[in-house]
Formats: sequence, C-alpha cells, structure tokens
Amino acid sequence: MHHQDSTRRQFLGLAGGAAVLGAVPIVTLRPAEATPAMLATAIRNVVGEAEVRTGKVKLDVPPLVENGNTVPLTVSVASPMTSRDYVKSIHIFNEKNPQPNIGNFHLGPHAGRAQVSTRIRLADSQKVVAIARLSDDSFWSASVDVVVTLAACTEEVI
Amino acid sequence: MPSALINVPAKARRGDIVEIKTLMSHIMETGYRHLASGEAVPRDIITSFSCRYNDTEIFRADLYPAIAANPFITFFTTATESGTFEFEWIGDNGFSETASASITVE
Repeated sequence: MHHQDSTRRQFLGLAGGAAVLGAVPIVTLRPAEATPAMLATAIRNVVGEAEVRTGKVKLDVPPLVENGNTVPLTVSVASPMTSRDYVKSIHIFNEKNPQPNIGNFHLGPHAGRAQVSTRIRLADSQKVVAIARLSDDSFWSASVDVVVTLAACTEEVI
Repeated sequence: MPSALINVPAKARRGDIVEIKTLMSHIMETGYRHLASGEAVPRDIITSFSCRYNDTEIFRADLYPAIAANPFITFFTTATESGTFEFEWIGDNGFSETASASITVE
C-alpha cells in the first residue's frame, strides 16, 4: 500500500516537472516594451513644442480589462464643432505596448460631434493617453490607468 | 477573404449629426509575435482608413499594431445632402479595400 502510494506520487511529481519544463521557453521570449520616455517622444512628435493642457477631452476605456486583445475605447472632446472652433485631430497613445502609438484620427468641423470609438490592444496594465488638437492649435489631453488581467498577444509564441 | 461591415443611417434630416460605424475583417498581425522556432511573424496591419462623403474627405485615421484585429472605427458627420460615403482601407502587403454606403437627406 505504502509502496503503491509513493510511485503514484513520484509519477505525479515527474508529470508536473515535465509541464513546468515545457512552459519555460515561452517565458524567456520577451521583446522590449515601450517606456514612458518613448511615450513622451511620441507625444512630442505630434504636439511639437506646444503645451498640452488637461481637460476638454474625455477618454472612455474600462479601468479593469479582462482581455487586452480587444479593449473598447471612446474619445470625445468638448467642442462646439463650428467652422471657427472645432477639433482637428485626436491622437491615442499608450505607455507599455511595444510601440507608443495606437491611432491618429483626423476630423473637421463637418463631423458635428468630436467623438471616435475603436477597439485597441493592451499588452500590459498601463496608462492610455488621448490628446486632441483644436482648430486654434491648442492641445488638450486626458489619461486613464487601465489594469489588464490577460495581456494582448503581442509577444507570445505561436 | 476581406469584408467590410458598414452602418450608416439610410435616411436623415438635413443638419442631423449621424454616426458612421465601420468594421473591416483583418488579422492586424502586430509584428511582435514569434513562432516557436524564434522567427518573428512579419507585421501585417491596416495602416490607413479614410471616408469620403460625396468626394470630400470627412475622416481619416492612421492605425498602428495596437488597434485590435478586425478594426472597428466609429465617428460622426453632419448630413448635408443625399449621396454616397466611400470608405477605403489600405495596409501592408498591398492590402486595399473599399466599400460604400448611401444616405438620403431630406
């Protein structure tokens, strides 16, 4: 009885060990991720030397995301959208995906409402930033911290 | 087989702000994934989307690998006259697709 029990335990131990060994090569492959410095550079590339103020922009993204492969995101900007005062473009950035840019959206006064929605990928829990450029070339921003439980498959082995 | 889904109201009153919803089926391969052999899977994404309303561009987007597979984009426009919306998606490896939708403005 005792002998039988220990072989079973040995077998389970071996099986477990094999599973762990099999998983190791997947863990070792991790390409570089974007850094906050890359985020700052990407934002500079869009805004130049202009000052980016907080406000006017509303970034709607769930604070807790189960699946980073498809995260719904909506950006809206408080603007009358007239021919003299409108939103020229909306830019979305992230902090820790391999690349800091997510998308640039160009609109105009004819849009009527300064709002765009899309679905994005998030490779990690991180900050998402939206910046709007208005017709007077001022820049306004909003940011949201998102917690991701299952990261987007940007770096996995297939 | 690429295919687009477009949602535009069939009718609107002049001056109405209408929502346009678009979805293009596409893998949006990021270029950051690897095969088990260690070889990188090459990037294959849609890089640009645009919408023209009676030949005037009303919306344009630059897309990056952080846009989820099957890019879904919604935006708004003011209904000014009856006509056609033309949509265009351009991407890696010569990807190019178009779609259109018409609207009646009263």
